[in-house]
Amino acid sequence: MMACGNRCILRPDRMGVTRLVAGGLAILAIVSGGARAAEQGGEVVVQATVDSGDTAWVLISSALVMLMTPALAFFYGGLVRRKNMLSVLMQCLMILCLISLQWVVFGYSLAFGPDRGGWIGSLGWAFLRGVGMTPNADYAATVPHQVFMMFQMMFAVITPALIIGAFAERMKFSALCVFTLLWATFVYDPVAHWVWGVGGFMRQWGALDFAGGTVVHITAGMTALAAALVLGRRQGYPEGISPPHNLPLAVLGAGLLWFGWFGFNAGSALGSGGLAGSAFMCTHIAAATAGVTWALLDWYKHKKPTTLGMITGMVGGLVSITPAAGFVTPVGAICIGVGAGVIPWFSVTYIKAALGYDDTLDAFGVHGVGGIWGAIATGIFATKSVNPAGADGLLYGNPVLFWIQVKAAAVTIVYAFVVGFVLLKLVDALMKLRVGEHEERVGLDLTMHREAAYTVID
Amino acid sequence: MKYIIGVIQPDRLDEVLKRLTDEEVHLVTVSSVLGRGRQKGIAQVYRSHKEQGSLLKKVKLEIAVNEAFVEKTIRAISGGAHSGQIGDGKIFVMDMQECIRIRTGERGGDAIG
Repeated sequence: MMACGNRCILRPDRMGVTRLVAGGLAILAIVSGGARAAEQGGEVVVQATVDSGDTAWVLISSALVMLMTPALAFFYGGLVRRKNMLSVLMQCLMILCLISLQWVVFGYSLAFGPDRGGWIGSLGWAFLRGVGMTPNADYAATVPHQVFMMFQMMFAVITPALIIGAFAERMKFSALCVFTLLWATFVYDPVAHWVWGVGGFMRQWGALDFAGGTVVHITAGMTALAAALVLGRRQGYPEGISPPHNLPLAVLGAGLLWFGWFGFNAGSALGSGGLAGSAFMCTHIAAATAGVTWALLDWYKHKKPTTLGMITGMVGGLVSITPAAGFVTPVGAICIGVGAGVIPWFSVTYIKAALGYDDTLDAFGVHGVGGIWGAIATGIFATKSVNPAGADGLLYGNPVLFWIQVKAAAVTIVYAFVVGFVLLKLVDALMKLRVGEHEERVGLDLTMHREAAYTVID
Repeated sequence: MKYIIGVIQPDRLDEVLKRLTDEEVHLVTVSSVLGRGRQKGIAQVYRSHKEQGSLLKKVKLEIAVNEAFVEKTIRAISGGAHSGQIGDGKIFVMDMQECIRIRTGERGGDAIG
């Protein structure tokens, strides 16, 4: 669970005095103001009060996470060929706009609204009905509900954008728009509810996902694998594909992703205190460790450390620490970072080559594989000494959490792959997913958008 | 009048330009080009995927000269670009029919210098 719900779980200091009365929402109605406790039918109820420091940090974090989608656009954009640069930027920007709207209209309600059997939220909060300036103590007791909703919106935006990496350079733009809306509705929103929503079944299991390793990276990564299989390889893959057209832009994108990730992970503490600081630190440590690890592996195997390898390792480290950021020690973060360098490296070096699928920018290889490692590693390295509201992992004598993490990851892997696969096939049947052969050869910038990223003459 | 094209290794450009200046050949057009010859490409590695590029980066020089400067130009290019390795490049010399300086309308040998 992330941040969210887990504000309750993650912040026992406040949890101690916050008891939910039947339905949770009742809280808002009962008490007039201030952190004033009242006896109500034997339960202690506390009015949630806005804390300016917590709210400032979550507002800033929301802006940081928003920046990650344009950052991803440049990370991916630099790695495609010149003729497809704008298509990747456009796909990211369109997803940013489309999902923001979807989130307001019904997405937020499906993910975080009143629970329906542990599987999905109701449409009770559609068009943000009832989502106002008063905090919702179920999710973030000291932050206005609208601010929490905005913070979550940025996660909902970047997740489908990650999948672009698998189908870049050959997906039809109109099909991308339809697929993205369907995917957010049938994959992201339900899984977010399972893990983070009050009543969600994985949350009930006690699965830990601090900032979205399962909800964001496993879902996107598994659907990315489905997309690579459904769309098939690009023309000429693997021999006839030109190298990345602008690695410096990819480096800029990776740098901005790292920067934004502080909001993603430390913001998921939903407050500006020690836990946010600890998550911030672990995020940085894991990214640095994985960057070094990947560079060393390249150095060993290919005789030279590569720029693309280094930034891929950095992003892999950020992915893997995401579910664990608020539960592990600095040493735990280093161990997760080493795994985040080694495991995705083997995945893109050997597994992708052996299986022959064309995951263009390694969305599965980095986000899927890194996300799975992160979810499992949380079950190994989590410790209550960092976060009493979390749980102890395998290393601290608690195999139960480990199995819960494996189970939650496995369910998400199967769900995101199968439903992603079905949705892709559906959109393909409706309107064809892939551009024509000629359009693919000429490039998507010109054929999908009637523009060129670069001019030859001033 | 001759039109001389030299295709050389990019890292030899500074030396070639210096020698052309020493030979008092000042006018030159330089482009960055891709090409291939007997030299094999350098394999690049992207996320462990090896790209055996068949085209290599080269620099192309284009120089128009009067007869008196033909050998000097060849000497400057071949001297500056020579390393003895495969891939040092080539020089092509062609007859040039006409040369016009746009600003003044001068034609022929006068227009070159």
